[in-house]
Amino acid sequence: MSGPSTYVPQSALGRWFEKRLPIMGLVHSSFVVFPNPRNLNYFWTFGGILSFMLVAQIITGVTLAMHYVPDAKLAFDSVEHIMRDVNFGWLLRYSHAIGATMFFLAVYIHMLRGLYYGSYKEPREVLWILGVIIFLLMMATAFMGYVLPWGQMSFWGATVITNLFSAIPLVGSTITTWLWGGYSVGGPTLNRFFALHYLLPFMIAGVVVLHVWALHVPGSNNPAGVEPQTEKDTLPFHPYFTAKDAFALSCFLVFFAWFVFFVPDYFLNPANVIEANPLVTPQHIVPEWYFLPYYAILRAVPNKLIGVIAMFASIGLFAFLPWLDTSKIRSGKYRPLFRIFFWAFVACVIGLGYLGSMPPEGGYIIASRILLSYYFIFFILILPMLGLFETPSKVPASIAEAVLGSGGAAYVQPKNAAAEPNTKG
Amino acid sequence: MSEALATEPTRRDMLYVATTAVAAVGVGGMLWPLVDQMNPDSATLSMATTEVDLTPIAVGQEITVKWQGKPLFVRHRTPKEIADVRAVPLTDLIDPETDEARVQKPEWLVVVGVCTHLGCTPNGYEGKFNGWLCPCHGSQYDASGRVRVGPAPLNLPVPKYVFTKPTSIVVG
Amino acid sequence: MLKTKKVAFMRKFSSLAAASLLTGLLAVSAVHAAESADTVIPEHQQWSFAGVYGHYDKGQLQRGFKVFKEVCSQCHQASQLVFRNLDEEGGPEFSKAQVAALAATFQVQDGPNDAGDMFKRPGRPSDNYPWNFANENAAKAALGALPPDMSELAKARTVEYGFPWFLIEALPFFVNEEQGPDYIYALLTKGYVDPPKGAEPVPNGFYYNAVIQGTQHRIKMPNPLAALFNADGSPQDPKFYTDGTVMTQDQVARDVSAFLMWAAEPKLEERKKFGFRVMTFLVVLAGLLYFVKKKVWAGLKDESPAV
Repeated sequence: MSGPSTYVPQSALGRWFEKRLPIMGLVHSSFVVFPNPRNLNYFWTFGGILSFMLVAQIITGVTLAMHYVPDAKLAFDSVEHIMRDVNFGWLLRYSHAIGATMFFLAVYIHMLRGLYYGSYKEPREVLWILGVIIFLLMMATAFMGYVLPWGQMSFWGATVITNLFSAIPLVGSTITTWLWGGYSVGGPTLNRFFALHYLLPFMIAGVVVLHVWALHVPGSNNPAGVEPQTEKDTLPFHPYFTAKDAFALSCFLVFFAWFVFFVPDYFLNPANVIEANPLVTPQHIVPEWYFLPYYAILRAVPNKLIGVIAMFASIGLFAFLPWLDTSKIRSGKYRPLFRIFFWAFVACVIGLGYLGSMPPEGGYIIASRILLSYYFIFFILILPMLGLFETPSKVPASIAEAVLGSGGAAYVQPKNAAAEPNTKG
Repeated sequence: MSEALATEPTRRDMLYVATTAVAAVGVGGMLWPLVDQMNPDSATLSMATTEVDLTPIAVGQEITVKWQGKPLFVRHRTPKEIADVRAVPLTDLIDPETDEARVQKPEWLVVVGVCTHLGCTPNGYEGKFNGWLCPCHGSQYDASGRVRVGPAPLNLPVPKYVFTKPTSIVVG
Repeated sequence: MLKTKKVAFMRKFSSLAAASLLTGLLAVSAVHAAESADTVIPEHQQWSFAGVYGHYDKGQLQRGFKVFKEVCSQCHQASQLVFRNLDEEGGPEFSKAQVAALAATFQVQDGPNDAGDMFKRPGRPSDNYPWNFANENAAKAALGALPPDMSELAKARTVEYGFPWFLIEALPFFVNEEQGPDYIYALLTKGYVDPPKGAEPVPNGFYYNAVIQGTQHRIKMPNPLAALFNADGSPQDPKFYTDGTVMTQDQVARDVSAFLMWAAEPKLEERKKFGFRVMTFLVVLAGLLYFVKKKVWAGLKDESPAV
């Protein structure tokens, strides 16, 4: 994805094919010789981890769909059937459910990394906005997927979230009726959510292709936040970053597998193993952990419409980050004040997440209003003003200098860096 | 110096080969559950037997019951049908098999009603052999369920069954 | 100088923001759900199926099944429980013959037959465990409330220990996924006590149970184990347990809780066994990949990793 490839296949058949469809050249230039800044740290491995998670979710999801029945009368039992009777059904289902959690965990780390190191700044604005679109699609997919087991929390979560749209003036109730295909969440809702839950991941995959394309135009940002200037600032993607990504992915999988095999119900809401009952609402309606901060924002606002707007705005603001952050310095590493506010923001989001899991009463509401204020102040006031007032520390002149100190000139070209045989790994 | 050059690549290769091998085992291990989930599940497997009550079937009648999702023909044969199928020389058959080998009691014939050609269900008491005629491609079976006219290559299969009572069988 | 002014301003600004954030976080920790003081919080119990090497105790599941069959199933249904499950690996592991004989003692509805009528026939291992009631409304009418389905009950109940325990529970060595059986065990053994003095009288059709949440601690189920024991705590039928286990209320509650965990999570043993192999494999793979990564990057002599 970085211009015409100079790749020439070794076999005659390969050359014949390459002339007609230069796909190997594309892979070669994008994932083999592609120059990456040499100073990327392990936070940069989450892009690869996320690609893996998307594929894993699609594969486990497609196999689950072979056994799942999207019918309000049968859905709950079909999930139980998967858990009890289908060969390895429990493994597929737990992998898919925990997989959603791991997917969001990875995407949050990926986003915070982008925020900390200023990865959204010029010339990566489109790349960043595509990421926000992926995030929104993920949220929609996760929400609809959560409805499918048709437990109590599935049903009431769907009811509460679809009712958000009833806040829209004039057409609100028309829209919710349309979303439901009835006068409440029911069989038609479940069926269409299943169809969309199956569709959206492939749309995500499409936007991911654009995201990677947009990444490969300017190349990766890096911890120093200065663009690579010479060849010694970069290393070829293979074998350096394939090896690093593979190691990081394997560590991530250890973490993932621990939950799948030993605490698979850790993120399960007990109410969701009770079949959906439209006549009884569970005591506490709590979304999955990855939606808790937004849920806290929604509940913190006393006005229904403004609450919904605040919730969507809290996500939408991410798309405007490239223009809200006025600082010329890209990496948070050289922005001492930004760093304080950044970590305060992280604490604020975690705090909101905690509050989202608590009942909406008394002190919890007050606390969420305070944190909600900081959330918006961070985006709307702090980020624009910091750029004007903050005194950055010294930014290195080049990546090589950031890595090797000022003695960057003494840098030794790695032997066979690009010529590393790729048949081994 | 030359020694170092000779050994270093081998050791590095060993590491790469070992890692690749372990990763390949992992991919294989991940594939197996994805394949195995399409095999019949334990609920399906447990439904593998069907009990058939023979009392309502009069001589010269047959019934079709469902067994493992497939039709099962249970025919109460007349003495003439039995005599006819037992008189056929084996050399006349496409898939030679004696009638004695296909029944537990001569008057009761139990066969799976799936044409051995491409899986259609043949119709009873049709065709030249007083057996079954497959509507799809014209295969004909006799009153022992043996194929007499192609294109079907094999006789209708006889399932495993036991007489739990003189008037009742359990299939499967 | 302008620069110092800027810094001073930002200092003030940041301390203000930090202060408001701190207030928010303090407010969070200050509020705690005010649960009534008489509530008994279930304690964590020792279970054979806990932890990485966890496996069900077959004898316990067999005893638990007997309690379920004789007591619980009089009112509760276990819609997902199939007779054949009782002989499957990783469960009570009765013999196939025992299960077939057990199933045959029940009459199950089947049909329609050729005459178009529904009929009753003896149960088979492939049948679901039957319920005493035709449907939920029949149960509600007869019992005054719908008893929860027992096939998922152990996963539909939990014990929340709050921060930081909910994080610790996910960690190796501290891992705890047995809150469901803990809850059921506590409800049966610690819950049915006399209401505290001054508490509102318990209305007809309700019973007091200190484990039930809420300020009133009301449950519609009378103490189910009372049916098995005399007033002095001795078993009514000394031969109820046939494997030599001493039958106490505590033991019965433990056994039936374990059984319900199995009913809700019948693949637990398979999962943990498989998981141990997968984890071992992944740790080895991660170790190898660590050395591969190190080797690949070793070519860069002066690399000092930046964070």
